Amino acid sequence: MIDLQNLHKTYNAGQANKVNAIQNVSLSIKQNDFVVIVGANGSGKSTLLNLISGNVLPSSGKIFIDDKDVSRQPEYKRSPAIARVFQNPFSGTAADLSILDNFRLAALRTQNKTLKIGVNQNFKNKISQQIAQLGMGLEDKLSQPIGSLSGGQRQALTLLMAVMDDLKILLLDEPTAALDPKAANVVMQLAQQLTQQYQLCTILITHNLKDAFTYGNRIIQMAEGKISKDLDATAKTKLTQNEIFNWFS
Amino acid sequence: MEFYLNAVLQGLCLSAMAFGIFISMKIFNIPDISTDGTYTLGGVISGFFISQSYNGFAIVGLVMVGGALAGAATGFIHTKLKVNALLAGILVMTALYSINLSILGQSNLPLLNYPTLFTVLNVFQNPTQNTLFIVASIVLILLIIVSYVLKSDFGLAMRATGNSQTMVRAMGVNTDTMKIIGLAIANALTALSGYLMTQLQGFADINMGIGIVIVGLGSVIMGETLINFFAITSVVKMLLTVVLGAVVFQLVLAFALSLGINPNLLKLITAAFVLLIVGLPRFLFKKAE
Ligand SMILES: Nc1ncnc2c1ncn2[C@@H]1O[C@H](COP(=O)(O)OP(=O)(O)OP(=O)(O)O)[C@@H](O)[C@H]1O
Ligand SMILES: [Mg+2]
Repeated sequence: MIDLQNLHKTYNAGQANKVNAIQNVSLSIKQNDFVVIVGANGSGKSTLLNLISGNVLPSSGKIFIDDKDVSRQPEYKRSPAIARVFQNPFSGTAADLSILDNFRLAALRTQNKTLKIGVNQNFKNKISQQIAQLGMGLEDKLSQPIGSLSGGQRQALTLLMAVMDDLKILLLDEPTAALDPKAANVVMQLAQQLTQQYQLCTILITHNLKDAFTYGNRIIQMAEGKISKDLDATAKTKLTQNEIFNWFS
Repeated sequence: MEFYLNAVLQGLCLSAMAFGIFISMKIFNIPDISTDGTYTLGGVISGFFISQSYNGFAIVGLVMVGGALAGAATGFIHTKLKVNALLAGILVMTALYSINLSILGQSNLPLLNYPTLFTVLNVFQNPTQNTLFIVASIVLILLIIVSYVLKSDFGLAMRATGNSQTMVRAMGVNTDTMKIIGLAIANALTALSGYLMTQLQGFADINMGIGIVIVGLGSVIMGETLINFFAITSVVKMLLTVVLGAVVFQLVLAFALSLGINPNLLKLITAAFVLLIVGLPRFLFKKAE
């Protein structure tokens, strides 16, 4: 599904503050894979996701999605296949639009945004049901600007918005970092359920080692822009939470 | 009374531009200085064709296309050539000055003896009532169209672009194209105000647009105060507050003139008034914090 070949990303090339955020990363991820990425702050995890989504273009190397070379494609052209939840809870939603309008946009991720009015009673009922599964009571606030919600609430909604339209790849960048433990649990369970239900290729970045241990069928550790560990499903099942913990000492 | 009625008429004529500023400033967060030039462009295109005895209704399409092209130029310079939005606007405004002068052929063109929008259609006997009816109808039609567009799927993408470009790109929207189209729409509306005002006043003038962006900003900011105060989320109501802002703005200026203030100082008063409505809430907020 995703194929990265000798990927490099240098920020501020040729300047004193240049950063080699990604260095010679090659990685192949299959459909139905749920990959967890861990690693210290600044190790290049977000940059890797941004390279896959097209938010950031590589300095060199190739990116294939579904065997198609998308290395130079801008983000809006890749987005039909890719849905994202950003590390920053405010990035994934449009603050001034209502919850409903945000979901409408998400429902059109792979389609043209035409001069049709798409928010109707039918759509409202459907969204209301979906949001109810979060158990946050947000289904009663559909017409409120999404900016009036807390960061955690917005993050949970962003995850639901991700699966509103067809997708193959789900990129989750610390989706639960801003959430309280209960909401974090709901979101993680939902992510897992959605991955199985829609047979997605999911990549999760997390600093929560318990989540890293619990979820996914492959775990990757990044350090200084490189992949330092890569364990497949069999190896991951043998792994203990303590061992992951020791990776960071 | 006639004096204040005229202020209301002017406010209504300027509502179209205020809608434009609402789109560029409130939705995209782009301060579009080219407004001064496109407003005049709308005025001089109208002036030229009316002086050639064209029907006032017939040229509305031409005026809007002219404004849209100018807006698209600003958008293109800003997004594709990566020029700061303020500078892009100033560039287009400066270029438009020459274009406007070439179209008009002179710095002022009186139109009093030619038929205009307000004289070819006679719904009411009284000319002032007739004008009010026509202008109000046009504003109403614009309000319906603009609010429909903003509520459509396309409009949602446009409104989201100003909020979070990261999100909108992830939703498969080309934000550059979106901004270019948005500025084109905004400036088509602005040109329409120039078109209405030229026919209301009975002349086109090369300097008619000076400072008009500030008038638009002031109207939108006044509207915004109401939007925030009443926590308005409906697009139609937001646009209504913008119309209200535009009318109140002209009434305030009329009031200032009626106090016997020198008309030469009108722009100074305009600027001071906008500064007041921009600065006062911030000043008060700071104290409260
Ligand atoms: N836009 C940018 N411009 C310049 N440098 C950047 C930019 N984005 C990231 N970097 C640098 O690239 C390196 C990797 O950053 P990245 O955000 O990928 O780390 P991360 O692993 O996601 O960290 P965290 O766990 O803190 O989110 C860091 O040194 C960072 O300073
Ligand atoms: Mg990160």
